[in-house]
Amino acid sequence: MSATGTTAGSGAATSARSITYRESIREALIEEMEDDPRVILLGEDVGRYGGAYAVSKGLLEQFGDRRVIDTPMAEAMIVGTALGAAVVGARPVAEIMYMDFITLVMDQLVNQAAKLHVMFGGQLSAPMVVRVQQGTGRGAGPQHSQSLEAWFAHVPGLKTVAPSTPADAKGLLKAAIRDDDPVLFIEHKQLYSRKGDAVGRDHVVPIGSADLKRPGRDVTVVTWSNMVHTALAAAERLAIDGTEVEVVDLRTLAPLDMETVLTSCRRTGRVLVLHEACRTGGLGAEVAAQVGEELYGQLRAPVRRLAAPDIALPANSALERALIPDEDAVVAAVESLLRS
Amino acid sequence: MSTVDLQRSEDGPSQSGTTVPSDSAGLLRLFGQMLRIRRAEERVLELLLENRLSSTMCHVSIGQEAVAVGVCDALGPDDYVSSTHRGHGHYLARGGPLVGLIAELMGREAGACRGRGGSMHLVDAAHGHLGSNAIVGGHIPIATGAALWAAVSGQPSVSVVFFGDGASTEGIFHECVNFAAVQSLPVVFVLENNQFAMSLPWSRSTIEPSIAVKASAYGIAGVDVDGQDVMAVRAAAGVAVERARRGDGPTLLGAATYRFLGHSRADPSAYRDKIEEERWKQRDPVVLARRALAVAGAADEAELEALETAIARELDAAVAEAEASPPATVDEAIAGMYATPIGGMR
Repeated sequence: MSATGTTAGSGAATSARSITYRESIREALIEEMEDDPRVILLGEDVGRYGGAYAVSKGLLEQFGDRRVIDTPMAEAMIVGTALGAAVVGARPVAEIMYMDFITLVMDQLVNQAAKLHVMFGGQLSAPMVVRVQQGTGRGAGPQHSQSLEAWFAHVPGLKTVAPSTPADAKGLLKAAIRDDDPVLFIEHKQLYSRKGDAVGRDHVVPIGSADLKRPGRDVTVVTWSNMVHTALAAAERLAIDGTEVEVVDLRTLAPLDMETVLTSCRRTGRVLVLHEACRTGGLGAEVAAQVGEELYGQLRAPVRRLAAPDIALPANSALERALIPDEDAVVAAVESLLRS
Repeated sequence: MSTVDLQRSEDGPSQSGTTVPSDSAGLLRLFGQMLRIRRAEERVLELLLENRLSSTMCHVSIGQEAVAVGVCDALGPDDYVSSTHRGHGHYLARGGPLVGLIAELMGREAGACRGRGGSMHLVDAAHGHLGSNAIVGGHIPIATGAALWAAVSGQPSVSVVFFGDGASTEGIFHECVNFAAVQSLPVVFVLENNQFAMSLPWSRSTIEPSIAVKASAYGIAGVDVDGQDVMAVRAAAGVAVERARRGDGPTLLGAATYRFLGHSRADPSAYRDKIEEERWKQRDPVVLARRALAVAGAADEAELEALETAIARELDAAVAEAEASPPATVDEAIAGMYATPIGGMR
C-alpha cells in the first residue's frame, strides 16, 4: 500500500491483515525500537501499566526499564527530559496521557522544543516525539476531552500530525520518530479500537502529506483524526442520492499540505472544513482562510466550517454527543453547500 | 607573558577531572578565567552603551564569576552544561569561543547562534554547552534529560545545570530534582543564588535558605558553598561531579553569590539595601582570588599586568572579528527553522 493510497478501514481488501489503531501504533514503536537503540519511551504508566490506553502494553517486558521508563507524574519534566535526551543523541517518544494535560507542558513544547534548533543557530536539534491522545467519546468531561491541536499548529518549529487510520498512524509514527524535529503525534481516544488494514515494517507516511480518503466531484470535506470517519460515513449516505463527496484527510496539521487541499477544492468548488475542536480559532479557520485567499472567484459557494460550539465539554455522554458534529450534521452541511 | 594560557578555554574545558587545584597554579588559572569573563562583560556593556549590539536585552553576571569558573573547571570534555539568561560566564568558562559571544550579541553570522539567539541564548555544542535559556527554570529538564540519556546509553557524561534562586521556586525545578533522584541520574544542580529573583529577595522566596536542607527532602546530596570563593566552589563541584560520575546520583549545590549590577541595564536595583550591596562588593570574587594569589606569592604585579593586557588584546581582536562578520539575514533565519524542512512549510 502506498503512502498516499491508504483507505479507511472499512473498505479494506479481504486479503489484508486487519489491525486496530492501538496495535498499529504499538507495532510502529516495537519496530522502531528494534531497529534503533536510540529510541526510548517515557511517560506516566507507559511501562508496568502498559499505557493508559494500553498502547505500550508489553514493551517494558520486551525492551526493559532502561528504554521504557515509568516517570513520576510531572508532565513538563517528561517532555523536557525527552528534549534533553534528544539533544544529546536519543530519539525519545514521550507520552502525555491526555491532551488536556499538555497545558502543563506548554513551556517545554512551545518555548523549548520548538525554538531549540533555530534559536541555537542550528547547532542543536530535537528529534523527539510527544504522543498524546485527545477528543470526546467517553463523557470524560471538560478536562479530559479537549481537542487542542490548533494551538500547536500556531507554533513554528513544531510538526503536528493527527492520523485517522491504523496504517496512517503506523506510517506517521515511524516518520515522526525518524524526523530530526520535534513532532506532536495526536491520537484520538475513539480510534484506538477501530480496525483497518495492517501495514508492513517499511510503511512510512511522509509528514506533510494529506490523503484523499474518498474521491468525489461535488463537495470537498477537509478534516482529520476521528472526524474522517464521520465524513466518510456521511459521504456513503450522500452517495445514495448521487452526491459525490471528496474526503481529504489532512493527516499532518503542521505543515499543512495545502496543495492537496487546493487541488481538490478547485475541482469541486464547494468546501466544508470539519473538526471536533471548538469553532473559534480552530485549525479549520486557517484552512478556510487559505482556501479563500487562493481560490476566490473559483468557488461556487463560500467555504463553510462545521465544528463543536465554543463550550467546555460537559462530563455527560449524551450532551457530548449532541455537541460534536455527527454524520447527520455533515450531511446537512453538505446539502446546504450544494444549494448555495 | 603570563603563565596563564589564555587560549586554553578556546581549546576546551579542563581535562583535570576531579582533582581540586589546591596549588597556586590552579588558582592562577581560575583567576585568569574569572578576570577574562569580567573584562568581557565590561566590554559588552561598553558596546551596549555605544549602540553596537543588535539587542538591548543583556544580563551580565558581574560578581558571580566564581560559580561559573569553579564549576566548569571540574568538568571533563564529554560533560554537559545548561545555562541561564545570565549565561555569558557559563559559556566562556565552558570553553565557548569569545568571538562567538561578541558576534552573537552583535547579531552577526559568526555568533554562537549565527546572530539569532542573542545574549540569552548562547550555545557551544562542541564543548557540550547545551544552550542558555530565557525561561527561568525551563532548561533544567534539558540537562536532566541529557543525564538520563547518558545513564541509559552507558556514557560517562555528567550534566551540570546552572540556574538561579528564582528558578528554584518554579515547579519544573522540583519535578526534575525529584526525577533525577528517583533515577539516580548523573546531574549536578547548581543553584546560583544571587539573592534576588529579579527584585524579590531570597528571604521572600523561601523560608528555608539552606540548599543542603532542601536537598535532603529529595533524598540526595546537598551542599551550601561560598560562591565568591572560586576554590571553594571548585572543591564542592569536584565532589559533586565525581559522585555523579560514579553513579551515586545527583547533587544540589547551592552557591551564595551576588549580582553586582542590576537585573538588566534598565534596573537601578532600588529594591536593594545599599549597605548590603557594599558588603557583598567587598567580597568580589576576582579581588578575593587576586588577594589569595598575592598571599601565596603565585603571581607578581608584572605578570598580572601582562594578563590584563593579553585579555584586552583578545577582546579587541574578538570585537574586530565580530564586526567583520556579515549580519544575520532573515532568509537564513527562516531557512534555519527546521532540522528537516518539509516542502510547503510556511
